[in-house]
Amino acid sequence: MVMNKLVYLDNSATTPVAPEVAEAMRPFFQERYGNASSLHAAGREAHRAVDASRQLIAEHLGSRADELVFTSGATEADNLAVLGTALRSDSGGHIIASRIEHDAVLQAVQWLTERGYEATLLDVDKFGRVDPQAVREAIRPDTLLVSVMAGNNEVGTLQPIGEIGEICREAGVPFHTDAVQAYGKIELPLDGIDLLSVSAHKLHGPKGVGFLYVRNGVKLVPLLHGGGHERGRRSGTENVPGIVGLAEATRLAFEEREAVTERMRSFRERIIQEVSRIRGTRLNGHPIDSLPHIANFSFEAIEGESLIMKLDEFGIAASTGSACSSPNLTASHVLVALGVPLSMAHGSLRVSSGRQTTNEDIDALLDALPVAVERLREISPFKVGG
Amino acid sequence: MYTEKVIEHFREPHNRGKMEDYSAIGKVGNIVCGDVMWLYIKVEKDDAGRDIIADISWETFGCTAAIATSSMISDLAKGKTIEEAIHVTNQDVASELGGLPPVKMHCSALAADALNEAIYAYLTQEHREIPEALEKRHARVSKEVNALEKRYEAFLGSPGKADVPEQGSKQP
Repeated sequence: MVMNKLVYLDNSATTPVAPEVAEAMRPFFQERYGNASSLHAAGREAHRAVDASRQLIAEHLGSRADELVFTSGATEADNLAVLGTALRSDSGGHIIASRIEHDAVLQAVQWLTERGYEATLLDVDKFGRVDPQAVREAIRPDTLLVSVMAGNNEVGTLQPIGEIGEICREAGVPFHTDAVQAYGKIELPLDGIDLLSVSAHKLHGPKGVGFLYVRNGVKLVPLLHGGGHERGRRSGTENVPGIVGLAEATRLAFEEREAVTERMRSFRERIIQEVSRIRGTRLNGHPIDSLPHIANFSFEAIEGESLIMKLDEFGIAASTGSACSSPNLTASHVLVALGVPLSMAHGSLRVSSGRQTTNEDIDALLDALPVAVERLREISPFKVGG
Repeated sequence: MYTEKVIEHFREPHNRGKMEDYSAIGKVGNIVCGDVMWLYIKVEKDDAGRDIIADISWETFGCTAAIATSSMISDLAKGKTIEEAIHVTNQDVASELGGLPPVKMHCSALAADALNEAIYAYLTQEHREIPEALEKRHARVSKEVNALEKRYEAFLGSPGKADVPEQGSKQP
């Protein structure tokens, strides 16, 4: 069998490093390898690279350079936001998060509740949106943090983070948003946002690096103790090539944003239009108020993990929220929170485009998908309702 | 994570599809993991007058492992006497596939249970004596199905219309 080029439509999981990013990083492995904390020339060179990267990201984000804390990625940034805020209190307290947050937030909140903290998990509507009024009602005198993501990683739905931020500001409660999927794709005005998490590898940057934006004046307890890097908020020798790559990925994303997201939006519209023609299909998430690169569907009578493997046979990479694809055999908490019936949550498919995605990739998906769905339905005991 | 053998059976599954003139069906399912397996057997007498699984087929809603194990159990049971087929275990299914990821081992149990249930249904309708081991496994499978249905009642939704006559176990 001739292996065709992989059609990669799993860019919400990770993206290929952009050539420009790889190029920008390259000198920092073998030539400019200094430790940014060292006094000598090599150290100063590394330090300058980190400084310049920080400055560039701050300019695009609209923050001050000293409001950025580089981390090992978004899981660490989310944990630092949630735990770093909560652990300032010696006497427990209350955290608010949506039910459809990434596990990096939800599991951190869970960990806190096992240690005496209380949490309110906000329900979402059938599209996956949090009602800002529900945030207002959930806030208590002892609320330490509100965390609601900017755009959902599974279904793409955008949250009203502007309104939620305002409500938090009025109540004097710090507001964190996980912007991993949204950064570089949609406008992210920082008004009302106190903490914001970003990961490089979702944006054609390298794996293992990200940052947490921490608004000036917001206090955090560090999770990593040591040499006092990142102004004491995150110890550990700076990942210089990673940080340089993150900055270059940011530059590319912001400079190309209009063109790239317009292309993504047109891919998404086409995918939704075509996939809706397959019998027994539903779109999960909001049809319009969505991140441009994510589309999520459920198919009656088939199971998502086998659909992924069937598409893999056609050289197409996508992902699913099916229980069978998860290590603990539970269906996606996001789809369940949207009220998708379990049988349909098992048959979910997420396709997500990147800056490298072409029309031909979408053609290949739309050719293969109806065939893959049909083949699995042929062997399913369940028939699609007429 | 999957062996070549698993992928092979998933891509070109053996004995797939519905059977019209079956002798009995075994229906098992685990909506928690999202897999449901219906196994059809056609039983005929061989020259020595023994009951033989002359034909077998299946319909499965489930993951790669569930489909591959459906295919494998049908290969393992086909042509065997009822007596022999009772002794096909989930370990046989898994090892014939070159192993399964630990989290997918329950899929092989599902396949073995489906065969077990089909044989149980056949022996029951023929008013034959049910071997004790078979009876025990049937009791366990029924109990699990009921418990799961109860636990997930609110979430089940409709997986689509079933168009196979009910036979013994309830459609999950």
